[in-house]
Amino acid sequence: MDVFLTSRIASDVLGGLTNGVIYGLVALSLVLVWRSTGILNFAQGAMPMLATYVGMVTFGHYFGYWICVVIAVLVGFLIGAGTERVLVRPLYGKPEINPVVVMVGFLTVLEAVAAAIWSSTPRSLTTPFSPIDFHLSGKPFALSAFSLYQIITAVVVMVAVAVLFRFTNLGLQLRASALAPEVSRLLGVRVNRMLTLGWTLSTGVGTITAILVASNFFTGLTPQVMDGIFAFGFIAAAVGGLDSPVGSIVAGIVMGIILQFVGDYVNSNAIILVALAILIVSLMARPNGVFSPVKTRRV
Amino acid sequence: MIRVQDLTVAYGAVKALVDVTFEARTSAITAVLGANGAGKTTLLRTISGLKSPVAGSITHDGAELTLMKTEDIARMGIAHVPEGRGVIGEFTVEENLRLGALTAKVDAKQSLASQYERFPILGERRRQHADQLSGGERQILSMARALIANPAVLLLDEPSLGLAPLITAQIMATIKELCASENLTVILVEQNASSALRIADHAVVLNVGHVVANDVASVVAEDEKLRQYYLGMVR
Repeated sequence: MDVFLTSRIASDVLGGLTNGVIYGLVALSLVLVWRSTGILNFAQGAMPMLATYVGMVTFGHYFGYWICVVIAVLVGFLIGAGTERVLVRPLYGKPEINPVVVMVGFLTVLEAVAAAIWSSTPRSLTTPFSPIDFHLSGKPFALSAFSLYQIITAVVVMVAVAVLFRFTNLGLQLRASALAPEVSRLLGVRVNRMLTLGWTLSTGVGTITAILVASNFFTGLTPQVMDGIFAFGFIAAAVGGLDSPVGSIVAGIVMGIILQFVGDYVNSNAIILVALAILIVSLMARPNGVFSPVKTRRV
Repeated sequence: MIRVQDLTVAYGAVKALVDVTFEARTSAITAVLGANGAGKTTLLRTISGLKSPVAGSITHDGAELTLMKTEDIARMGIAHVPEGRGVIGEFTVEENLRLGALTAKVDAKQSLASQYERFPILGERRRQHADQLSGGERQILSMARALIANPAVLLLDEPSLGLAPLITAQIMATIKELCASENLTVILVEQNASSALRIADHAVVLNVGHVVANDVASVVAEDEKLRQYYLGMVR
């Protein structure tokens, strides 16, 4: 068993799983916004980045790690809600290109603002978890206290979102508002509030993701910290299906593992090429995503 | 009671309703009849706040509805069953009903149980997705979802649309029975004038946005001119 756990294959699977849950979380946050408002949020990485700077850097001077995490997530909620109310609401019902342009512009502005305030120099966030791999029989295997923290946090967030959507009245209203806004209004659901809440939750999930990424000793926090991760999360959401929270998470995890093998056995430069190939092939085979239900229509 | 006074509604330059005035009384069914494009659906959408009027007022027990949001009107106890039934196909029967019960003042579990008792077919299909139901079952589900919050007013838009005559007769009988047992104010929009007039107490006939008749249902049913020119009913 020890020999297997320290083998190259097990290391790749564990390393890929750690990356994959992060891609899955980014994909989930994209799906939350897409399902509720039909908008692809290109600033889905930058908004949480800003919340992470405010919570972990500005308040990091005064408080410990966990209090800063709570503050960052609360700031993320505020940024999500504020963005929906001020920037996104006027875009509902407008041509599809409008929100794309606005959110790409917002991404650029947020990264510039963060660089102006905190500079582009990477900042390492002190975490309570060691990034040094565990050892088995004197050999390292690709799992550390920090990567366990990443995996467990991601799973807890995913389960919490699933429980919220599946088993609570609030989740029922969120889903109904996304699927049938007019019918929901006729049943007394405050749809506008639900749309704001969708963006709030999405940015909250995104902020937890950004903290997990930036807390990595080897990455640190920069204004562009989420750019690469966003690209992989975006591909995972498109492959899994923008309508499918479970699909996007599964696609994120599977992609993380595949890309880890590619990086190890082929070349790290091939990772993005393989990711794009996965996107193209899956979109050709299943344009709505692998896990989205096939839509039929009466003719 | 719903009171509609001098209501005018427009889509751009086109007026869909012009100076419409009528009353829908409690514990009575008011049928709103007319051909396609008469303004029937627009009338219901304006009552439930989905469309704003250009002029006029709509009151329910003294409260002005034209100034309120759709969700607040729904929370006042005005339930609108839209054309095409409006059930959420991706939801199960039970989830559709739970959504209707959100604004209910009573216990949700108790409300669900009472709807299953009233409509046993829904209890049998509670775990099925709504898009797997037949047209008649969907109509029953949408009515049950509207009734679960114990509304005071029920707005029904073409409940017979696309249903077989036997199912239509059953649905109409259920509406009549519910109106009496729950003391509901029912506004029933129908193209199927004969089915609607059979159960209605009062009838309003619309023609291109204008009220051409507003009388007791039996009087409207017997008026040869109305039957021939506006209701498409031939003896």
